[in-house]
Amino acid sequence: MDIKLPLTDETVAKLRAGDDVRFTGVIYTARDAAHRRMVESLDKGESLPFDIRGQVIYYVGPTPAKPGQVIGSAGPTTSMRLDRFTPPLLAAGLKGIIGKGGRGQAVRDALKQYKGVYFIAVGGAGALLARQIKKVDIVAYEDLGTEAVRRLEVEDFPVIVCNDIYGSDLLEEGKSRYKLAVG
Amino acid sequence: MRDISCQTISETVARLCQEATSLLPDDVLQALKKARDKEESPLGQKILDQILENAELAKKEMLPLCQDTGTTVVFLEVGQDAHIVGGDLNECIKQGVIEGYDKGYLRKSMVERPFSARVNTKDNTPPVIHTEIVPGDKLKIQVMPKGGGCENMSRLAILLPAEGKKGVTDFVLRAVEEAGGNPCPPIIVGVGIGGTAELAVSLAKKALTRKVGRPNADAEVVDLERELLEKVNALGIGPQAVGGRITALAVHVETHPTHITSLPVAVNIQCHSARLKEAVL
Ligand code: SF4
Repeated sequence: MDIKLPLTDETVAKLRAGDDVRFTGVIYTARDAAHRRMVESLDKGESLPFDIRGQVIYYVGPTPAKPGQVIGSAGPTTSMRLDRFTPPLLAAGLKGIIGKGGRGQAVRDALKQYKGVYFIAVGGAGALLARQIKKVDIVAYEDLGTEAVRRLEVEDFPVIVCNDIYGSDLLEEGKSRYKLAVG
Repeated sequence: MRDISCQTISETVARLCQEATSLLPDDVLQALKKARDKEESPLGQKILDQILENAELAKKEMLPLCQDTGTTVVFLEVGQDAHIVGGDLNECIKQGVIEGYDKGYLRKSMVERPFSARVNTKDNTPPVIHTEIVPGDKLKIQVMPKGGGCENMSRLAILLPAEGKKGVTDFVLRAVEEAGGNPCPPIIVGVGIGGTAELAVSLAKKALTRKVGRPNADAEVVDLERELLEKVNALGIGPQAVGGRITALAVHVETHPTHITSLPVAVNIQCHSARLKEAVL
């Protein structure tokens, strides 16, 4: 399925765990340090450095770009580390997250409650994913260096729906489908 | 006595860092292709296709396979008749890492003060160096850029001797199951059994330097490797944990005699981006 970003409630309602999706549009990068700052801002009642409503955050820390490249290799990082920062961002209107690996129960509940979707990209396919990123701008927290929040323009960026708004979890369902009994 | 210059060592390490991060070893590539043939899950097949295409692209354009270019783990086999000249061996390896990560546009992921400030060292040093003294007059260098996603799933247990093979098997399966999608399956599972606590962990990592799927020399260990691989793949975790037949490309077990009261077992997981390059000087 091809999706133009940002995400609307209508689009989000159509997505089911296991769907193969290609994104075109804008996504924002954020890792641990940026998440900590964003959540601190929300706690203090301050606004975020970009309008988060309907947006998608990508958990990524790319390699430095080689001359002539827009961005270096840029695959997803382990999402679990960001679990404790995720529910407040979903409450603030974040609609999509791209990472790798499973999410804890609190995040899954928040996805359902605030109608957000968690997508996975293929971990370790950093060169391939970077090819789908066409433009990069720093939008906030420049002092964080590699962890600064960047705005990426992507085309046909491949992801898979892992947790949909109905509470389905691809990782759990996939595992039970292929589990075998061996002595 | 044979002289090996520090400068040659530095240059070699710099080259190995760059090659390892862009060129997936042939044995890993072959194992991934076989996995693609065997995988039944449609999503799993698509993921393996992306992984294979990524490897091709990285090789063609000399790009890092993965953005996490790792902690630089270096295995050295120093011949007892080799003579390192022109500097401090560990220092020249460090220089090689600095150069390789700079010239290769690799990500610098090491932080100082692990439990407090966590400040990036900005050149990916220090590397983690394992040194063994062996017969001969050569120096073998293996560079393994080891990602955090898989390394963080490492486990150690000191089992009771009576728990035996079943205890070992259960422990390995639990480690793989708990790791889920975090180490980017399909994975290679390194297992160290015996010795002392630190030796078991080190054997588990050493097991990952073996060519994928090349069996251990000991028949009983080969049986255990085979059984573990079957059981790991029966978990159904699959590529990137979306469900499937291929969770692991191989299980490599290394063992060592141990104390009468003890049964240490360690697991060290390698991701599909199983980067490793070696040179012999
Ligand atoms: S586990 Fe391996 S493939 Fe996955 S992100 Fe880390 S280094 Fe890359």
